Amino acid sequence: MTELKKKFEVIAKKYEREVESLMPFLQDIQEEFHYLPEESLKEVAQRLAIPLNRVFSVATFYNAFSLKPKGKYVIQVCMGTACHIKGAPLLLEEISSLLGVREGGTTEDRLFSVETVRCLGCCSLAPVININGNAYGNLSPEKIGSIINEYKR
Amino acid sequence: MSIKDNVITKKVMSKEDLDTLKEEGKNRIFPDSLKIAVQMATCGRASGADKIYNFIQNEVKDKDIILENAGCLGLCQLEPMVNVFIPGFNPVVYSNVSTDTLKKFIPSWISGTYIKENILGQLGREYYEELDIRLKSPPGIKKITENGFFKKQKKIVLRNSGFINPFQITEYIARGGYYSLLNVLNNFTSEDVIEEILKSGLRGRGGGGFPTGVKWKYCRAAHGSPKYVICNADEGDPGAYMDRAVLEGDPFSILEGMTIGAYAIGSSEGYIYVRSEYPLAVGTLRNTISEARRHGLLGENIFGSDFSFDIKINRGGGAFVCGESTALMASIEGKVGEPRVKHIHTVEAGLREKPTVLNNVETWANVPKIITKGYEEYVKIGTEGSKGTKVFSLVGNISNNGLVEIPMGIKLREMIFDIGGGIPNGKKFKAVQTGGPSGGCIPENHLDMSVDFDELTKVGSMMGSGGMIVMDENTCMVDVARYFLSFLVEESCGKCTPCREGTYQLYKILERITKGDGQEGDIELLEELSEMIKDASLCALGKTAPNPVLSTIRYFRDEYEKHIKDKKCPAGVCKALFEYRIIENKCTACGLCKKHCPQNAIEGEKNVPHRIVQERCTKCGICYSVCKFDAIEKV
Repeated sequence: MTELKKKFEVIAKKYEREVESLMPFLQDIQEEFHYLPEESLKEVAQRLAIPLNRVFSVATFYNAFSLKPKGKYVIQVCMGTACHIKGAPLLLEEISSLLGVREGGTTEDRLFSVETVRCLGCCSLAPVININGNAYGNLSPEKIGSIINEYKR
Repeated sequence: MSIKDNVITKKVMSKEDLDTLKEEGKNRIFPDSLKIAVQMATCGRASGADKIYNFIQNEVKDKDIILENAGCLGLCQLEPMVNVFIPGFNPVVYSNVSTDTLKKFIPSWISGTYIKENILGQLGREYYEELDIRLKSPPGIKKITENGFFKKQKKIVLRNSGFINPFQITEYIARGGYYSLLNVLNNFTSEDVIEEILKSGLRGRGGGGFPTGVKWKYCRAAHGSPKYVICNADEGDPGAYMDRAVLEGDPFSILEGMTIGAYAIGSSEGYIYVRSEYPLAVGTLRNTISEARRHGLLGENIFGSDFSFDIKINRGGGAFVCGESTALMASIEGKVGEPRVKHIHTVEAGLREKPTVLNNVETWANVPKIITKGYEEYVKIGTEGSKGTKVFSLVGNISNNGLVEIPMGIKLREMIFDIGGGIPNGKKFKAVQTGGPSGGCIPENHLDMSVDFDELTKVGSMMGSGGMIVMDENTCMVDVARYFLSFLVEESCGKCTPCREGTYQLYKILERITKGDGQEGDIELLEELSEMIKDASLCALGKTAPNPVLSTIRYFRDEYEKHIKDKKCPAGVCKALFEYRIIENKCTACGLCKKHCPQNAIEGEKNVPHRIVQERCTKCGICYSVCKFDAIEKV
């Protein structure tokens, strides 16, 4: 059995064969692989006995799911209201220009993905970015370079 | 050193059992040794609370000192914060602590003294009013309630947040927790509970403001079984994080509220639908549920009665529309989160077509407190139509950023200038945005209005879930409207055409205006389109989507006109409509801007005022933010 398949089996054991398992099932796969591999969607459909198009529609409706593999480090730029008025768009531009990728993209070396999120709930520290669970607050464009460099090492 | 917890084998069956746990909780909160509690909610961690915790852990390893964690006290901007409990004295809160300052502080705390730096204040009697203890007030340290940020607040929902350890059920019990549930199970019929909530005047804190007691009453009367109880913890409004604070700081209060609600409507199954963007909250909730079960306060035969109730956690999928009740229920059912028409209300046919009561986190957290003190006490707080308190996240261009809980009816001006400390950097107030993407922007001439459900609606905004984003003169209101519409276009589920296509067209027009391509008649077109979307959309997301546009047109029409007619953005936000320029007589030719410019768009020699080459400038604003002499202007 491949590594991927083994990990999938561990997750699959937790879920009953019912429609309501779909969301948490996909969420666990997303958490484990950082995206939803095509093969896994077919497996999920079969195991829960629901049509593949239903699985696909849920997988593409919710922002939390991604059908494309992501970089090792996912940079989330918070686009909440407080962050917006305190300059989040400028942060995003700076990050994109430093890494050479647009929002939603991944660098060629698969090190960084850049995405926006609706609100991280750290509004008092706006503007905020989050890299693999580590939040950085009170940012401005000139502070971005050194943060990204920490992850390049 | 850590506190040894009594792993009980016996479930809580009586008041005596609860009293025993209360005593245990009291000894946890106020132990006989020095205790340091680090505030470790998400905001604290983002400010370095993890590092602080690890540092203290290392420092106190071999000493008789207890290290704990707590949630968030509300003044997130001054984190990391620690609460210091020296036996016999009121706890003292230190803000903005660092490993360097802690090196000094810890030895002084061990010797029983307080270094008077970084002190926010001491927590007084209101933090142990249920407990039979007397504590002295440390000399020379002000009560936290004398601090301007806390002075006008009234803490009901946030009374434990930032104080107790959210992972310890006994600490919640020590603060009076679970006595309401016990009282309900022993002395109340279901109808009594509903009556109590009805009389309290509690209205839904998620934004709708529907009377909670009425909702429960209808659901109790509805035919069908089983009945469900849901907690909406899908706090999606950007700029709002009140529920996160409760989930991370006082989660047992939500469980107790839901359990009381379940008893009232006759339900044995509950769900908490929580945002996946709040991983810490999800983790905290999991512990909360297993602890409550372990103590017999959730699950079969609660308190040994014949009432059983259990709760499951569902993680959200990052879809804003799932904050809408029918979309949320669809999501729990494993479907795409699309709302449905509510000809039949969810109290009659909700989750799985069964009668369902859905309330948000803050509403549930209010319930045990109403029962504790009785509705008579609760109705003393607030205004005629809006009883109790409301938690707001007061953020944006404001001096004190944080979470505030105010009695309904307080003036908007008091919130922004007394609690919030006004606008920083000498800037002028421009507007305050409430109600998230469904709300609106309120200008200065309405600052003397009082904050409650009905008043906010009158001025074209709404209470919403509690986001309150303050904007200064450097905020462009057209850009704010464009921002909210871009949000709504993304988050519209696409089921109904008025919302899907209408918000997109609103967005396109606003984008055009901010890019300098606005046309005569655009404002009227925005208004007309807005009315259509309001009338014809299926759910509240669409019906309220035009609010950010309509309220900014209503109060800031001249700003729209300047964008359209003069092709100028007075606030200097819309990139196509302004330029950065260096003011010659202010420029000292220090070269800082030139050094930082990523586009090499700044030219100039030593001692010669610098110049921006407009063709190369991408308007990233770095020069503007690094200049120490205010020598760069937007024109």
